[in-house]
Amino acid sequence: MENRKTLIELKNVRKSFDGKTNVIEDVSLKIMEGEFVTLLGPSGCGKTTILRMIGGFDKPTEGEILLDGSDITLLPPNERPINTVFQKYALFPHLNVYDNVAFGLKMRKVSKEETDKLVKDALELVDLEGFEKRSIATLSGGQQQRIAIARAIVNRPKVLLLDESLSALDYKMRKEMQLELKQMHKTLGITFIFVTHDQEEALTMSDKIVVIADGEIQQVGTPEDIYNEPANVFVADFIGESNIFNGVMSGKLKASFAGTTFDCVDDLEKDIKIDAVIRPEDIDIVKEGGQLKGEVLSCDFKGTFYIMFVQCGQYEMEVHCFDYYEPGSEICLNIDPDMIHIIPYDTSINHYPGTINGINDAGLVRVKFADMDRRVARDRIHVGERTGDDESVLDVINKPDTKVIVNFEPSAATLTDDAKAGDICGNIISFHYIGDHYSYTVRSESEEDYVVDDADLWNQGDYVGVVIPEDSLNITVL
Amino acid sequence: MKNAIFNRKQLAVPYMLFLLLFVILPLLVVVYYGFTDAEGHISLANFIGFFANPRTLGTLIYSLVIAVIVTIICLCMAYPVALILAKGAYARKHAFLMVFVLPMWINFTLRITALKEILTLIEGNLALYPFINTIICMVYDFLPFMIMPLFNSLTKLDNSMLEAGADLGANRAQIFIHILLPLSIPGIISGVTMVFLPAMTNYVVLDMVYNSTYIMGSLIGSYFSSYDWNNGSLISAILLMMIGMFTILADRFTMEKEA
Repeated sequence: MENRKTLIELKNVRKSFDGKTNVIEDVSLKIMEGEFVTLLGPSGCGKTTILRMIGGFDKPTEGEILLDGSDITLLPPNERPINTVFQKYALFPHLNVYDNVAFGLKMRKVSKEETDKLVKDALELVDLEGFEKRSIATLSGGQQQRIAIARAIVNRPKVLLLDESLSALDYKMRKEMQLELKQMHKTLGITFIFVTHDQEEALTMSDKIVVIADGEIQQVGTPEDIYNEPANVFVADFIGESNIFNGVMSGKLKASFAGTTFDCVDDLEKDIKIDAVIRPEDIDIVKEGGQLKGEVLSCDFKGTFYIMFVQCGQYEMEVHCFDYYEPGSEICLNIDPDMIHIIPYDTSINHYPGTINGINDAGLVRVKFADMDRRVARDRIHVGERTGDDESVLDVINKPDTKVIVNFEPSAATLTDDAKAGDICGNIISFHYIGDHYSYTVRSESEEDYVVDDADLWNQGDYVGVVIPEDSLNITVL
Repeated sequence: MKNAIFNRKQLAVPYMLFLLLFVILPLLVVVYYGFTDAEGHISLANFIGFFANPRTLGTLIYSLVIAVIVTIICLCMAYPVALILAKGAYARKHAFLMVFVLPMWINFTLRITALKEILTLIEGNLALYPFINTIICMVYDFLPFMIMPLFNSLTKLDNSMLEAGADLGANRAQIFIHILLPLSIPGIISGVTMVFLPAMTNYVVLDMVYNSTYIMGSLIGSYFSSYDWNNGSLISAILLMMIGMFTILADRFTMEKEA
């Protein structure tokens, strides 16, 4: 992208509706003039809230929004040079097509002749010439969509906001509108900010994609960047299909995962934990040799390619290929070094600040962290290189309210459907498949997140208990 | 279903009978009496008499004036209340609505008697301001009937309409005039219908505040108490036609807006 000037800037924007939980968590973002930017994320991730704050319908709890360098954070929507295409179009049912499109011009007191001309041009642009006198109720969903776009762009805004604007259309119409919107963007040169949960739509249309999850920006980049170099496991899993494996760097430019050591191009420190991401279409099927051998589990035709699931030892791989392989047959797989994308393991997972408070008569240490108040054996406490078994550590443990960091491995915890039987309980807010197991994120009522590995398939939203054994807790004294 | 004792048509019979006996037939009787003379001959004499007699015509005009004033005041008072309750971000808006509508559950004469006491405290002698007191009592009496339909129609109105208005550059006043008001017309019409006709006929209120001027209701009452069925029925028929015409016009108006 050539050097463009920043049109919209969000600076440390936070939004809370109830004063307790943040829907948007410290979001900073720059949008350039003339860009087609897509805010992409699962439903409830806060993308629409960000759009509404740019439009002026919601006010940020903290932070500021700049347009052309001037602060518009508290400016009402009618004073912003920004127009919106609403999710359900929000056309005025008591006005005909002409009056709907002319509404913004009328508010600005544009002359009748000029209004006529601008409305005509706008209707032409959306391919609905001659619809002026029609009433809104007689229009199809696709036509209403176009009128909603015409009503917004007729005002020549600096920014056009589109809130899930294509989601109500059927598949074919949506494809058509995607291309038309892109064309319109080129013709008009206006900055478009588009909100969607459809990753394919985002990849097709955008100059820049902002991936959002849980009120936070996960990654900002071109569609190619986002697809080829996902910043974390969430992005890798959300955009396109991915095989994700837990692994470790076993040497210089060598990564071990899925039971094998692969050459790779990412130069990371030896022994550091990683997530390896491989796209199904980047796996080659070879006649013999190959880094992995496996048995074909299924092979289904998808129009232009086959989706194949291959069992390689305990790991399952998704492979896209152009030939059919009989389920049950043995095949060999190869992965090119530059097709392996390596993401350093998120070390903040399952790390919680807490306190320890002395030893009881049974020789157990009381530790409080996150939602828990547990008694653990002394050998779980680490002070530098020493553990709690060391007599010299006792005085540290016995001090009241010693600050510690508690962590546990996701693989040590288990899920249970009897929520009361867990050490904590909460809802599964997200999960993804990692080679031979699922990785679940459970959020408790107090908004703490726990990552748990489990071989069984649970559903998003399930209310579950998480069992975390005492002997899996590692407590590090700060 | 084989073992059903009655089929759908048979089940409808009691309701049809009810409608026939207690709605259609009485209406026909009212119209029949209104357009016949004391001997039972078809005649327009009552009709012409009503509009030729300055006393009855004056009553009609006086009723209209009261009804129009009461309706306008009710509308002006109810609209902001309904708007705040329907669109405000209050956790207990239905409880608030209940409080506004609660007086409807208390006996009408009791309410007016109580209001009379308050007005007496302020004015000293109620008989000094019969017209104003009539208006005050009627507004107090009919206000809930205006709030309810307005609240319902404003609740149904999609907030994104108002946001779209703001998005397109309309300020608060413009949003009200160009979007909110036209879209709440169905609610306004049903509220007006529910207040206007009762305000033309509820002569009990006038009696209670010592307003000796006749309105349409008192006229009907006086004819009936002197056994003049024909003239009493005629006035009922005239009111019926007026409200009928108003409803048709209002429907036509909203249909045009929607079409």
